[in-house]
Amino acid sequence: MLDVAGLRVSFGAIEAVHGVSLRVRHGETHCLVGESGCGKSVTALAIMGLLARGARRRAERIGFDGTDLLALSDRGMGRLRGSRIGMIFQEPMTSLNPAYTVSSQLTEVYRRHRGGTRAAATERAAALLGRVGISAPGLRLGQFPHQLSGGLRQRVMIAMALMCDPDLLIADEPTTALDVTVQAGILRLLAALQAEMGLALLLITHDLGVVARVAHQVSVMYAGEVVESAPVAALFARPTHPYTQGLLASVPVPGKLRRGQPLDPIPGSVPRIPPDFVGCGFRERCRFAMPACAVAVPLRERAPGHSYLCQLTP
Amino acid sequence: MRRFILRRAILGVLVCMTVLVISFGLTRVAGDPALAVAGPQATAADVAAIRRAYGLDRPLPEQFFTWVGAVARGDLGRSYLFREPVANLIRARLPITLTLGLVGLGFALLIALPLGIVAALHEGTPTDRLVMLVALLGQAMPSFWLALLLIIGLGLRLQWLPISGIDDWTGYLLPGLVLAFSAIPALMRLTRSGMIDALGSDYIRTARAKGLSRASIVLKHAARNAAMPVVAIAAVQLGFMLGGSIVIESVFSLPGLGFLAWESISKNDFPVVQAVVLLLAVIYIALTLFADLLNAALDPRLRTG
Ligand SMILES: Nc1ncnc2c1ncn2[C@@H]1O[C@H](COP(=O)(O)OP(=O)(O)OP(=O)(O)O)[C@@H](O)[C@H]1O
Ligand SMILES: [Mg+2]
Repeated sequence: MLDVAGLRVSFGAIEAVHGVSLRVRHGETHCLVGESGCGKSVTALAIMGLLARGARRRAERIGFDGTDLLALSDRGMGRLRGSRIGMIFQEPMTSLNPAYTVSSQLTEVYRRHRGGTRAAATERAAALLGRVGISAPGLRLGQFPHQLSGGLRQRVMIAMALMCDPDLLIADEPTTALDVTVQAGILRLLAALQAEMGLALLLITHDLGVVARVAHQVSVMYAGEVVESAPVAALFARPTHPYTQGLLASVPVPGKLRRGQPLDPIPGSVPRIPPDFVGCGFRERCRFAMPACAVAVPLRERAPGHSYLCQLTP
Repeated sequence: MRRFILRRAILGVLVCMTVLVISFGLTRVAGDPALAVAGPQATAADVAAIRRAYGLDRPLPEQFFTWVGAVARGDLGRSYLFREPVANLIRARLPITLTLGLVGLGFALLIALPLGIVAALHEGTPTDRLVMLVALLGQAMPSFWLALLLIIGLGLRLQWLPISGIDDWTGYLLPGLVLAFSAIPALMRLTRSGMIDALGSDYIRTARAKGLSRASIVLKHAARNAAMPVVAIAAVQLGFMLGGSIVIESVFSLPGLGFLAWESISKNDFPVVQAVVLLLAVIYIALTLFADLLNAALDPRLRTG
């Protein structure tokens, strides 16, 4: 469904995404995890072609269902955005336009891509609001964003992304900005919608508990690179990259954390790397670092679908 | 919202009272109105008679309260220059000035909004800098000089537009254009900065993620949010234009309120001067209140909050 290879995004002298490759298959939930600042949002925006001005995007390949997104004009990309690829952002409080009603913001995307009457679009909007678990959709349609709580706004954003029945949904940390009490509800909703609608879901998160519950495939990002990618069971059972091992050890995963085992946070923080950086981005913080880590790192395959970027062999 | 309007109304009344005092005071320090009314050939007895007739022999506070009382009853007094009730003069002249102001504002918006939007869309590029430079030049140019340039260029050389009087609507075009110029820089700058803010916001990223057309993103989603401060300043600018029409109306010989004010100031026709100043202040206050209401209509957070 989505096939990204060698994606690089730089902001002047900083390369935020440094050769990311990932694949999201039809009807699969692919989780992208990593610490704050490792380039998850930038990766998502680069795929959508929504990077801020001043960002430079290069890639070997960004393919979506047989279409080469790199070759598309902005207009051509616009035909996919909102219709075949939906996106939900990290900031529900500011992602809706304060000047327009929920109804207006939901129907406009539908009418843009699917046409039809206003009444038909409104009917669809009401149905989707119901589907994302909003009671009294009729009332909510007439309201403005400031009249809704953060959780409701994010549900509206989800409904908006689903208005045109997309094939792929990119959700960038959809719950990070929300109250803990509503986070679980939103995630359950996303997982349910993914299964019901057969969506391919690229879910960005740094919550490994979420990953354990909803992911099929997991990609772990560090300093602008995917350092390990594996089916969820394999990743939790046989984490191979030292960073993944540290990550799994540092976060209490429900059902995975052995009692009495001390949390083992990785010392240090994510480095900002220049475009000409070579070698392993994690070497400064790595317990197993060796001289070879300063030159190109091989991509190794441990099992089908389980690859990692490291000098070490398991 | 209701409390907000009430507060603004009280403030407006306070400002009006201040203006009453000032306009009364200014006409009295400008010289003895009785001398001006009587004319150069008048005898001392004539002047004294006129003083009595206009109540100028009374103590100043008494004169003031008599005038305020009359204004409160809707009586603006009589002009001695035109020998007519001031209200009639204003009724005849005000529409001309209002038309001129609206034409000026129309021109200003027509020029400033697109330029501001273009500058914002090209923020930091040479296009942006060029547009802002034009705005700066516009601001630096005195309006009477611009008026002369336009009269010579569009009026005399090209003969496209009438340069004086208002035989038909085209008479408003040149003065309107000149009037617009003073308002353009502020409007443009505000449009630009508002659009830059809006274009960088998360909801614009959402609009782009929805695959909306560029026109819809810029004109519907960004402009609507950038409009609020522009509306407020536009109302203020209209107020300035109405006040500034004194210069423009005399340059282009438009018989409006500004021209009337100019005539009556030069002849010290104090009932007219007082009334015009008061009227301009009231219009100004009404305009700012109107801008606040318009903003509330544009911003659902104000309307429903
Ligand atoms: N517009 C921009 N200009 C300059 N640098 C940027 C810009 N956007 C992102 N970056 C940089 O790119 C890097 C990656 O940012 P990104 O937002 O992708 O992180 P993230 O993984 O999404 O983190 P979080 O979990 O906090 O959302 C950061 O170092 C950030 O400073
Ligand atoms: Mg992010």
